Amino acid sequence: MTDPSDPTAERLSTRPAARLRSLAWVARRLGGGLFVLWMVATVIFFALRLIPGDPVDAILGGPGSQASAEAVAQIRVEYGLDQPLIVQYFLAMAKLAVADFGTSYALKIAVAPYVLTQLWSTLVLTIASLVVAWVLALALTMVTSGRRGPARAVGSGLELLAAAVPHFWLASLLIIVLSNTLHWLPPISVPGPLGLILPVLTLALPLTGFLGQLMRESLANAYEQPFVVSARARGESEWGVRFRHVLRHAALPGISLSGWAFGSLLSGAVVVETIFARPGLGRTLLSAVSIRDIPVVTAVALLSALTFIIVTVATDAIDRIVDPRVAKQ
Amino acid sequence: MTEILAGRLGRGARATPATTGWQKLAGNSGAFVAIVALLFILTAALAPQLLTTADPDAVAPVDAFQSPSPAHLFGTDESGRDVYTRVVFGAANSLLIGIAATVVGLGLALVLGLLGGLGGRVGDFVSTRVVEVMFALPGLLLALVFIAIAGPGVVTSTVAVGLSTAPGYARIIRSQLRSVRNSGYVEAATVLGHSRLRIVVQHILPGALAPIFVLGTLGVGQAIVWASSLGFLGLGVAPPAAEWGAMLSSGRTYIDVAWWLTVFPGLAIVATAASFTVLGRALNERTRQGAIG
Amino acid sequence: MTDQPLLSVQNLSVHFERAPAPAVDGVSFDVRAGECLAIVGESGSGKSVTARTLLGLAPPNAHVSFDALTLLGEPLPSARSRRWRTIRGASIGLVLQDALVSLDPLRPVGREIDDVLRLHTTLTHAQRQQRVLELLDAVGVPNPALRARQRSGELSGGLRQRALIATALAAGPPLIIADEPTTALDVTVQATVLSLLRSLTDTGTAFILITHDLAVVSQVADRVAVMSQGRIVESGETATVLNAPVAFETQQLLASIPVDVPRGVPLRIHERGPTLTTRPQQPVGGSASASAVAAGAPALELTAVSRRYPTRTDEPIQALDRVSLTLDTGTTLGLVGQSGSGKTTIARIALGLETADSGGIRLNGEQWGSLSAHERRPLRHTLGAIYQDPLSSFDPRLTVERILFDALRANVSGETSQLSTVDELLDAVDLPRSLKNRRPLHLSGGQRQRVAIARALAPAPRTLLCDEPVSALDVSTQARVLDLMDDLQRHLGLSYLFISHDLGVIRHMSDTVAVINEGRIVETGLAEEIFTSPKDPYTRSLIAALPRVHGPARALSTPRE
Repeated sequence: MTDPSDPTAERLSTRPAARLRSLAWVARRLGGGLFVLWMVATVIFFALRLIPGDPVDAILGGPGSQASAEAVAQIRVEYGLDQPLIVQYFLAMAKLAVADFGTSYALKIAVAPYVLTQLWSTLVLTIASLVVAWVLALALTMVTSGRRGPARAVGSGLELLAAAVPHFWLASLLIIVLSNTLHWLPPISVPGPLGLILPVLTLALPLTGFLGQLMRESLANAYEQPFVVSARARGESEWGVRFRHVLRHAALPGISLSGWAFGSLLSGAVVVETIFARPGLGRTLLSAVSIRDIPVVTAVALLSALTFIIVTVATDAIDRIVDPRVAKQ
Repeated sequence: MTEILAGRLGRGARATPATTGWQKLAGNSGAFVAIVALLFILTAALAPQLLTTADPDAVAPVDAFQSPSPAHLFGTDESGRDVYTRVVFGAANSLLIGIAATVVGLGLALVLGLLGGLGGRVGDFVSTRVVEVMFALPGLLLALVFIAIAGPGVVTSTVAVGLSTAPGYARIIRSQLRSVRNSGYVEAATVLGHSRLRIVVQHILPGALAPIFVLGTLGVGQAIVWASSLGFLGLGVAPPAAEWGAMLSSGRTYIDVAWWLTVFPGLAIVATAASFTVLGRALNERTRQGAIG
Repeated sequence: MTDQPLLSVQNLSVHFERAPAPAVDGVSFDVRAGECLAIVGESGSGKSVTARTLLGLAPPNAHVSFDALTLLGEPLPSARSRRWRTIRGASIGLVLQDALVSLDPLRPVGREIDDVLRLHTTLTHAQRQQRVLELLDAVGVPNPALRARQRSGELSGGLRQRALIATALAAGPPLIIADEPTTALDVTVQATVLSLLRSLTDTGTAFILITHDLAVVSQVADRVAVMSQGRIVESGETATVLNAPVAFETQQLLASIPVDVPRGVPLRIHERGPTLTTRPQQPVGGSASASAVAAGAPALELTAVSRRYPTRTDEPIQALDRVSLTLDTGTTLGLVGQSGSGKTTIARIALGLETADSGGIRLNGEQWGSLSAHERRPLRHTLGAIYQDPLSSFDPRLTVERILFDALRANVSGETSQLSTVDELLDAVDLPRSLKNRRPLHLSGGQRQRVAIARALAPAPRTLLCDEPVSALDVSTQARVLDLMDDLQRHLGLSYLFISHDLGVIRHMSDTVAVINEGRIVETGLAEEIFTSPKDPYTRSLIAALPRVHGPARALSTPRE
């Protein structure tokens, strides 16, 4: 039911209206993101109150603590746990709205500034990994595309394996080979770019596998499109066809998936930060989980979700810019 | 992973691009290798005694940290236990957790997907919001938050993995349901005068749920990787038991002296995950072509 | 015109690996400067492969052989030669079918034109920019500065086809190959694009027009070569070939064009017998005849049906504006309009898949439009439907037998039908019973449409709603399906609401015709009256734009005189 000669397409495009539409789209997406954050906070809040066990125990260092009744009562007041549940909920939400995540049960410090410093470290790691994965996948696709025979089979086989490798094992392998055997790199993350190499490689290689598989397939599809025949019929060289036309189409699904890819990097950061003893949201979350430090868990969860939502909106926006057809759907 | 598959499933029938002989051969032999590997892993899981005669928990301190040799194919660990035997015995745990997590994930996704695909406007709103909230915490993060709430352990970590895979599946099931619901053939059945129930049962459900088997196969490999990650982080199976993630976790302490403690259990995970992926893709290709011919 | 041909092709053959027969089999022809040669044939006749081979763009698994292949007296390079890059675009330009995908959808059309200049001229960047605008202007694109920045998806079908033509013209090649350049366009747009192409020959440019449409050929081409199964079966001056065709394939192609074949006369030659006489139109089994309009309630009646679609930003789109139609029992009502005119909305509303905002719909005199989905269901079997794309209307998991069996069970009337088994249905649509176990994907386009017709007939409907039923088919397949539909109507006394953008098909099939434009019916009446003396200006423009084989020769060349 597509309409090749839609009369509305003939109309001169009205730029301000288009800009308004884009703004409305961004606003809608961010509004939806805020709603999601609120729901995440709500679910975590109530889920914690539903499970058996007293949060006071966690504050005092686990159920085994021999705290006096007065100490327990004092903590209860201090953390607002003596209020009715619904009051606690609204108080908690009001605090979250101004980025007040409370005090860590275990560290006894304000959560917000602490977690924010961790966020920076995680962002450096994940964004560097995303860039490296893209560069590697593009290079791999460009070099092996068009080739037939064993080179291609080996290429796609490697991508398959890379995509199936768990981060923590890849990290160990890289440490064994690059640090312990070749002594090229430090086994744990030291400050500075040198210490970033192993963690970034660990995160980037599996993603390279995913992106590579994806681009290989879309590249093959792009080569079958009629505009490739048109370009060749214009006298365009093979490299011209590849760089001016096909590459863009091959990269499109990768761009669409970059939001998802960033999510998988955030998730992988938990493991990588732990293995390389690197500060970051993931490691903070893990240690908070094992001691059930609820304010920290909540803060990390919300901050990760916020980051993920922003990145998703950003990649979708890039997608719309690179391929205007997306916006029309 | 599932996102990539979603694109493929969504595309439906299309002319397959011309494949070279090499690609075909690689595809066929790949599927063959994957099936052989999976048979081997399945044997290890169901009847480990067929593959090894040793006891996975037999401690022999004098034999600690032996590098791989004919006597100990994969070497021995810090207590002198045979790593090969432990990898074989670990298959049952890892496979079971992977399958159980996938079943949990798909089950939850089925509820959400059916609600979104067939539950009318309200159902779709609810399902979409739930999926969005779950999606906001990608992968391990959702699993960790769940464990923070429910406490660590084998059962919770399995459920946690299932939970973290559910939103991806739910989205695929929902979009599949919608595309079938809006398809020309459902319209044609409506025009013929078939009842709504008949159309749902005869056309919509089979068409939309056919990919579930494929999704499950692809998902098991991924679930094993996730579950082993949790085991590695000390939140899954407790270390003395033979489970690949837990073995890697304890092997990490000795990474400077005994590389084999890290390499072999990891290889087992990669081989299993890659085999499931290859098999899942082959199944996907077949259902697509089977559906069409 | 010089005596030396611009392009000379001697004994060209193309053989694909593992194919039983060559795709192109010993083809020879010449093209002179300023001349238009049309290569005509059905899909699979080898005409497109021939065109690609002339550009060195035959697929990698093709073996090409020839005695001579020369352009301006110079031999063309061998298959993988780098020299092709200086010939493509500079000496031979190519225009493909659908500019939506034949221009890179991610790049502005100006950049696509600029590419040709960059590759084949020494102009500076600024000069090229200027030239791009001149070229767009020359092919009739208004406001070139804006259009150059837009991508193919932002332009209408006609404009982007012109932009595509501009890429082929940019470096001023002496020869242009146009492969079905107007097939995806509406008839009025098609006419303007054809006259643009035709005007190119005035400047001495030669072009090869690849098409399946003899009517287009008769309007544009100086000479024509008819291809079938890889061979040229007939060639010569256009007027000669079309007025006195010698080869059977040419005769069949000509006969398959429905526009000038009277209603009720089969389009396939062998069914007509030796002379072009009308078969007896006596209805079989006492059904109403096509010509004798039956008395009583109309099969389908729409009264002042309106439908608006809300849009997010602009005013709601008025898809249908007080549309009234009457389909008399046993007749065919042809509904014709260009894409986007609201034809499909009418079909969906008539089928009860969408509801009208206002207006009434009656089926066989009974209320239909105001019924609830539940009340409508027991009556649905009396109204069947055939769609443009039959493949997507079949559940891909089901075999032909299962599809037809399910459809038979939809007959809830309890009346016995002439067609009550799968085999009878297959016989009725001239399909071998052996196809029963196949799935629709493994059938040809014509076979699929026959299965779709059989399915529509299964519940013993009295009325069929046919939405572009033959638009996706080759001319000769189309002819067979139209003949079948005509036969079925006569045997079963069916009423057809026949929706199409193709005026020729509408004229051949319809008793009465309604013309729709932008959601309004602009003219209705008996088919012959509308086609011989149209009253509405829009109808007149449609009919004037319709290419006719036996119309005045080179009609399109008149404006430039």
